[in-house]
Amino acid sequence: MQYKSQAVAKPYFIAAIGLFVGQILFGLIMGLQYVVGDFLFPEIPFNVARMVHTNLLIVWLLFGFMGAAYYIIPEESETELFSPKLALILFWIFLAAGVLTILGYLLVPYATLAAMTGNNILPTMGREFLEQPLITKLGIVVVALAFLFNLTMTMLKGRKTSISLVLMLGLWGLAVFFLFSFYDPANLVLDKFYWWWVVHMWVEGVWELILGALLSFVLIKVTGVDREVIEKWLYVIVAMSLITGIIGTGHHYYWIGTPAYWQWWGSIFSAMEPIPFFMMTVFAFNMVNRRRRDHPNKVATLWALGTGVMAFLGAGVWGFLHTLAPINYYTHGTQITAAHGHLAFYGAYVMVVLTMISYAMPLLRGRIANSNKSQVTEMWGFWLMTIAMVFITLFLTAAGILQVYLQRVSDTPLPFMVVQQKIALFYWLREAAGVIFFAGLVTYLASFFVKGETKAITA
Amino acid sequence: MAQLGVASVSFKAENPPGDLAIWFFIFAELLVFGVFFIAYAVARSHDVALFDQSQLLLNRTAGGANTVVLITSSYFVVRAVAAIRRGDAQRCSGWLLGAIGLGAVFVVIKLAEFHAKFAAGITLSTNTFFMFYLSLTFFHFMHVVMGMVILTAVAFKARRGGYSAEDYTGVETGASYWHMVDLVWIILFPLVYVVH
Repeated sequence: MQYKSQAVAKPYFIAAIGLFVGQILFGLIMGLQYVVGDFLFPEIPFNVARMVHTNLLIVWLLFGFMGAAYYIIPEESETELFSPKLALILFWIFLAAGVLTILGYLLVPYATLAAMTGNNILPTMGREFLEQPLITKLGIVVVALAFLFNLTMTMLKGRKTSISLVLMLGLWGLAVFFLFSFYDPANLVLDKFYWWWVVHMWVEGVWELILGALLSFVLIKVTGVDREVIEKWLYVIVAMSLITGIIGTGHHYYWIGTPAYWQWWGSIFSAMEPIPFFMMTVFAFNMVNRRRRDHPNKVATLWALGTGVMAFLGAGVWGFLHTLAPINYYTHGTQITAAHGHLAFYGAYVMVVLTMISYAMPLLRGRIANSNKSQVTEMWGFWLMTIAMVFITLFLTAAGILQVYLQRVSDTPLPFMVVQQKIALFYWLREAAGVIFFAGLVTYLASFFVKGETKAITA
Repeated sequence: MAQLGVASVSFKAENPPGDLAIWFFIFAELLVFGVFFIAYAVARSHDVALFDQSQLLLNRTAGGANTVVLITSSYFVVRAVAAIRRGDAQRCSGWLLGAIGLGAVFVVIKLAEFHAKFAAGITLSTNTFFMFYLSLTFFHFMHVVMGMVILTAVAFKARRGGYSAEDYTGVETGASYWHMVDLVWIILFPLVYVVH
């Protein structure tokens, strides 16, 4: 850690990991509800568990991005953070808002929550992933703006690097596209159309810039490869993400009432979306092979390489599986989507945040890297979680293929719920893989408490 | 052309010319257009009659004129690169301005074509042929505009003395992009306007 104010990243990382644990617990609950429908009913109905599972994911990733940005921007700008105090105040506001929102989901019926929080003034609730009450959404905007103000001011007074530029572009984009969550037209087609401007433009647009910047930062640090080389890669990856990703939004517009040309536009552009992810994989391995130093933090390098590979598989390959309109005609909204969603979020965004935490957390705790013992424990966490997620994805893919066939392709299509019964075996297998994932997460957590000899920071 | 030949002897052999990053872009752009062209061919094979019939409504004279305009502009860009290799920055920026001017001619002709189509009530939803015609030409149109922006930046930098006979990577980078824009049109024009 080169600047004192980078320390504000620490609570963000801790909160991120804490909420991650919550997300996985609710994932396990919901996974069981797939096969034991009344598990925990009426206390935690399926729709609530799902909402908590997905919302916690988004919130903890945001905590991770913010922590990463607070760590990276001062170091890249070679100056202290504009206001560490503001960063800490925002942390508590965001955490309180997040926790209150989740408690609201769990303790109050959703319709009551909507009535309590002014949804009748400006209706924005009740849409997948954007379920947050109006006040939470407003809170997110305020926190995001103050956060961006703090970092932009830091950057303006210091050195401007490509990494910080791309990172800030991604974060500003994140805030701007979130504004579409306030637009909720009565026309269902328009509603979905703009809903994707938040959801797609985040995960297949501006978040990719954040991903690229975080990965580049860690790769510079652990490999010692020239900044110029890494920056050139970053620019090309960013350009490819935007060329393919922006019009690629069209792959969500196939069967929702939009004009038919979206089937062509969406298919053609989104078919290219794996390219930037593939480049990221090549980039990560290339940089590590050309490394000029052996950084003692081996596990951070492992996470960085893992991000490249798993993001390509999850976002790239599993996305491509069902992105072409003629295929999506059959797979739309099936377990294929769930399979892709799991591996893409884990491989791209979960892993890049954990890469960043793995690199920065030891430094925030006053050492260049954790002890060998701690790193080996973390590597166990890495492999358990990653392999478990691959199996979750494979089981859901198998469930999805069966579902598509039985429900939509076969000569005698079966009703949805009958098909769900028939594919229950795969849901059980998925739940078992989920338990392994949780074991991996516990191992990962344990690595933070494993002692052993560590090297002090040397200049 | 004698100048070109003489000059090329003294150049260090660079492969590819310009900044390597632009070649990643060019590759990506060609890939997207390539997939679009293949999709066009596949869609056409499903309904040849509709495509042939709709194609007759296109203005081939305008398309042909624009082909000549773009090829000429590419020649201007070649002259600009040759000029800077000799260290003649003024002439380089002059040729580039000429190319940008021709780009503007292309834009005007294309806009007139778009206007005529829209005035005739043709949209992306008219039929599959016009979906492809409008999409392909519009995406290409945006690339022409982008190319003009790049060439303008290069021309200004050349005028300010930002390039020399030793350091002209930027000019080659811009030139490579412009040739790509030209190349795509050279495929697009016969494919969409002419081939029956």
